[in-house]
Amino acid sequence: MPLALVHARYHLLEIIRIPVAVVGSAFFPAAAMLFFVVPFAGDDPTGATYATAAMVTFAVMSANIFQYGVGVAEDRDQPWNPYTRTLPTGPAPRLTGRILAGLVLTYVSMIPVVVIAAVATEARVSALQFLLGLGAVAVISVPFTLLGLAIGYALPSKAAIVVAQVIFFPLAFGGGLLSGPDDAPGFIKAIAPYLPTRGAVELIWAAVTDFRPGTLSLVMLGVWVLVLAAAAGWAYRRDEGRRFT
Amino acid sequence: MILARAEQVSRRYGDVLALDRVDLTVRAGELVGLLGPNGAGKSTLINLLVGLRRPSGGRVELCGGDPRDPASRRQLGVTPQETGLPGTLRVGEVVDFVSAHFPDPVPRGELLDRFGLADQVRRQTGGLSGGQRRRLAVALAFVGRPRLVVLDEPTTGLDVEARHALWDAIRGFHADGGAVLLSSHYLEEVEALAQRVVVIGHGRVLADDSVAAIRGMVGVRRVSLVADDLPTLPGVVATERADGRVHLLTTDADQLVRDLVTDGVAFRDLEVRPTSLEEAFLAITAGDRPAPTPA
Repeated sequence: MPLALVHARYHLLEIIRIPVAVVGSAFFPAAAMLFFVVPFAGDDPTGATYATAAMVTFAVMSANIFQYGVGVAEDRDQPWNPYTRTLPTGPAPRLTGRILAGLVLTYVSMIPVVVIAAVATEARVSALQFLLGLGAVAVISVPFTLLGLAIGYALPSKAAIVVAQVIFFPLAFGGGLLSGPDDAPGFIKAIAPYLPTRGAVELIWAAVTDFRPGTLSLVMLGVWVLVLAAAAGWAYRRDEGRRFT
Repeated sequence: MILARAEQVSRRYGDVLALDRVDLTVRAGELVGLLGPNGAGKSTLINLLVGLRRPSGGRVELCGGDPRDPASRRQLGVTPQETGLPGTLRVGEVVDFVSAHFPDPVPRGELLDRFGLADQVRRQTGGLSGGQRRRLAVALAFVGRPRLVVLDEPTTGLDVEARHALWDAIRGFHADGGAVLLSSHYLEEVEALAQRVVVIGHGRVLADDSVAAIRGMVGVRRVSLVADDLPTLPGVVATERADGRVHLLTTDADQLVRDLVTDGVAFRDLEVRPTSLEEAFLAITAGDRPAPTPA
């Protein structure tokens, strides 16, 4: 078995043994579905589909920012982490394994959203759109994975939890995840295209509806990926485990 | 063949100089003890040698390469701290995970047998006793059939029986030609296992020689007596008072006793004893500091 899969299996085993961790990242988007989408947009096929796609983006965000931001920071507190860095392998298998496991968890955490949408709303997608949506989820995981890794490698775990939460909500609301493509309040419309969440949700909308994503949002998403990749790379390189001054 | 080498290595953390131009060499088949009080720089030196940290100055080398290069670590075995094992994973899963990193790992059953853990293969590591966790942690250092094993305080907190069982495993590995670098603040451990001792204090190598030579080199004796007032005495490297007695560590016990008599010191219950390695090494570390004022 390639080392990356060994590391992915290791992370998944850890997650499965404490399944509440999975519930955590699946709960918020599922609850938002039940409280906001089902009662207000459930009967309108177009509105329900857009709102469900937004909740999927929400799930991707929360799964990635928290599991990497908090998970990596907590792992760095454990003596097991420096031990694994003495094994004869570079960072690539460790990082790839973690990201593979993260992707699995991301898909798992959006199952409730998709099930609720199918059962309790009029949201509908074709089989092709569904597959495109699955692919788009992997694509939009990239910026949030990088964001989570940057937080996790840069900060101690107690700070990482706070920073992840502080960053998470403005990104979700500011990016317009809790409003439709055109009915967001004015100030959100103004700032949304500059946030990575907007470009991300537009990609999901484009995959599962006939929505055409805006150039500005997509360019800004690309810029965010580059900036976050640089930040994550910087944080990873300066990390030598726990640090005390 | 040199397996691990530090050349004039320094490491600072902010304003603190944890290691100050340290030299250390571990050759194939050697069993070297790294001895020093807490905070002396032992763990920092080990972290540099296994590639966890970068030196601030000087050069470290592992199996002929940079320890931060994964290829250099292929013949290295390291032990995680016992508290660091992933608690939710089973013993077998942890061994499999580590094994996957090496080209020719020791089969799981054989390894667990050797460390008396064969019955625990299905247990989660969080449910093991302290002694079992420590044995598993040490076992992991041997999974990859290493040429050099680095053990940082391997038996801290173990009872005597468990400690001796681990010592046997370390001796067995050494008898088969493996090299060991072992840090400890248990002197008994270093005296029992090591041929060579490197004494570290205040971030510097204070001595690097055989166990016997270190003892002979300092030749420290403990002169212990009951006395109220002591004059300043020449040749005393350390003075301590405990339980109403004064303990003087000296390199020349005969001269010290003569001085006590000629100075007319009112003492009683005189004892002169050879020191343990612990006292010898305390004497060396003390010599590095400003001389203690007589109590």
